[in-house]
Amino acid sequence: MSEAVGTVAASETIEEPPGRRKPQLSEGARAERRLGWMLCAPAVIVMVAVTAFPVGYAIYLSLERYNLELPKAVKFIGFSNYAAVLGSPYWWQALKVTVIITVFSVAITLVLGMILAMVMHRTLFGRGTVRTAALIPYGIVTVAAAYGWQYAWTPGQGYLAAAFNNNAALTSEVKAIAVIILAEIWKTTPFMGLLLLAGLSLVSEDLQKAAKVDGATAWQRFTKITLPLMKPAILVALLFRTLDSFRIFDNIFILTAGANGTGSVSVLGYHNLFNALNLGIGSAISILIFICVAIIAFLFIKGFGTAAPGTDIAKR
Amino acid sequence: MAAVTTTPRQKIGWGSANVVVVALALIPVLWLVSLSFKTPTAVLDPSFVPSQWTWSNYTQILSTSQFIRPLVNSIGIGAISTLIAVVLASMAAYAVARLQFPGKSVLIGMALLIAVFPQIALVTPMFSIERSLGLFNTWPGLIIPYVAFGLPLGIYTLSAFFREIPWELEKAAKMDGATPFQAFVKVIAPLAAPGMVTTAILVFFACWNDFLFAISFTSTVSSRTAPASIAYFSGSSQFTVPTGPIAAAAVVITIPIIIFVLFFQRRIVAGLTSGAVKG
Repeated sequence: MSEAVGTVAASETIEEPPGRRKPQLSEGARAERRLGWMLCAPAVIVMVAVTAFPVGYAIYLSLERYNLELPKAVKFIGFSNYAAVLGSPYWWQALKVTVIITVFSVAITLVLGMILAMVMHRTLFGRGTVRTAALIPYGIVTVAAAYGWQYAWTPGQGYLAAAFNNNAALTSEVKAIAVIILAEIWKTTPFMGLLLLAGLSLVSEDLQKAAKVDGATAWQRFTKITLPLMKPAILVALLFRTLDSFRIFDNIFILTAGANGTGSVSVLGYHNLFNALNLGIGSAISILIFICVAIIAFLFIKGFGTAAPGTDIAKR
Repeated sequence: MAAVTTTPRQKIGWGSANVVVVALALIPVLWLVSLSFKTPTAVLDPSFVPSQWTWSNYTQILSTSQFIRPLVNSIGIGAISTLIAVVLASMAAYAVARLQFPGKSVLIGMALLIAVFPQIALVTPMFSIERSLGLFNTWPGLIIPYVAFGLPLGIYTLSAFFREIPWELEKAAKMDGATPFQAFVKVIAPLAAPGMVTTAILVFFACWNDFLFAISFTSTVSSRTAPASIAYFSGSSQFTVPTGPIAAAAVVITIPIIIFVLFFQRRIVAGLTSGAVKG
């Protein structure tokens, strides 16, 4: 437990060094500052130009009536686009689907990822083979894998459909969502497993051995030693996976294209732009998704005390 | 790890755990490989091993610019984006790992924000911006967002690697009269090369994998990437689903991933585990 407390304490001190230096800012320190800024500037400029600027522009667009098919009718309409989106059942359906997919896939991935991390960490032989195999779902192009799942569930063609009485799973809402969740789990468990593996390697072997000598069972050692020590790693992994899962697009686009009420908020935003060509509504959806993501991140960081990975970086 | 005796039971237990992991990871990929070798008739048979084998799916996709051109785009756009992102991220990561300067935590916070940013929120405004700047359906139109999203990943992974470097060498170089910049280029960069290779692989994976930007900011094969092009494959007639060719294309774009994973497994694992969590 002392290690977890140490993490928090260390991360809070990151602001200190610059302040401490202020009184006597030597020539060397000033040069260091300048170099620091110069080295970061290009990265910052690109990141701001590609994200902050478009988001600002999206806020502006979201307040306008802007349909690409009616370029003459562009007009400032305040929050009407937001009212239209929030008053639409499509938005709430998409949000519900997104939340369901996120909750189930992240929860199951956490459990499977933990098992995978244990196997990668402790297995007696073939460690390299296991890790190599696990990296393939991580690395594979989501779209490629999604086609595999789609054909596997096509009645008359797929091995999984054949195993389940040639059930047309992808044409019913609930089953299609289950297939989407399955595809997400397969793709993301290795990533979760690797993040947890990093946390697992920080758990001291001596502590485990001492507990074993004291007669603790494997399960007790896992819940009383491993899990508490891994809490920071688990929370960061959960934060990343939740936010990543919330933006799910590729799997749904290939598996169902959002048919039968299986579209996520990202799929809704995409269809709004490219099928309805409505920049105003599309931008309002973008901003709403952005707000959802901000809320999730805020809850994790403030609510669960997840150390933002940035604070880990600055520590040491 | 020393002097731990293993019982045969443990060996069998871990052995079967290994087999389960490998099988679960590979079966969906092998299914794609199997589909890619099936003839159009064999596709309609759900057996895992093709009843009739053929190379025709591969010859079909590799003889059309509908797939070759996007494959070239994918490689080119991915390589250029990776190069730019790794260079810019190395500079920033060096500053984060080594230098004291105000605004460091702002940079880290910004990188975190972008790492979890919902890409769809960018699609609508970027689509509009790219159309007015003439970037729509061009290579730079994809390279720019790929670099922006590769940077946070690069900065995190690289600053983790940079912290492991023996910095006494840098001090020695500075004592010998090198400027901080020279110390970076001459001493640290070569030591950092392995971390940079790892980061490059991770960033390349991310670019290679992208689908949303690729279908949103392109309209023809002149800049469409391979994953996006597969979604536009059409069958020989309106009524045939091109299952075989799609599976073959999916296998083709998976091959580079498998090659990277086989050769760089250790590095990729190190990069993923050190970048995000390890303090």
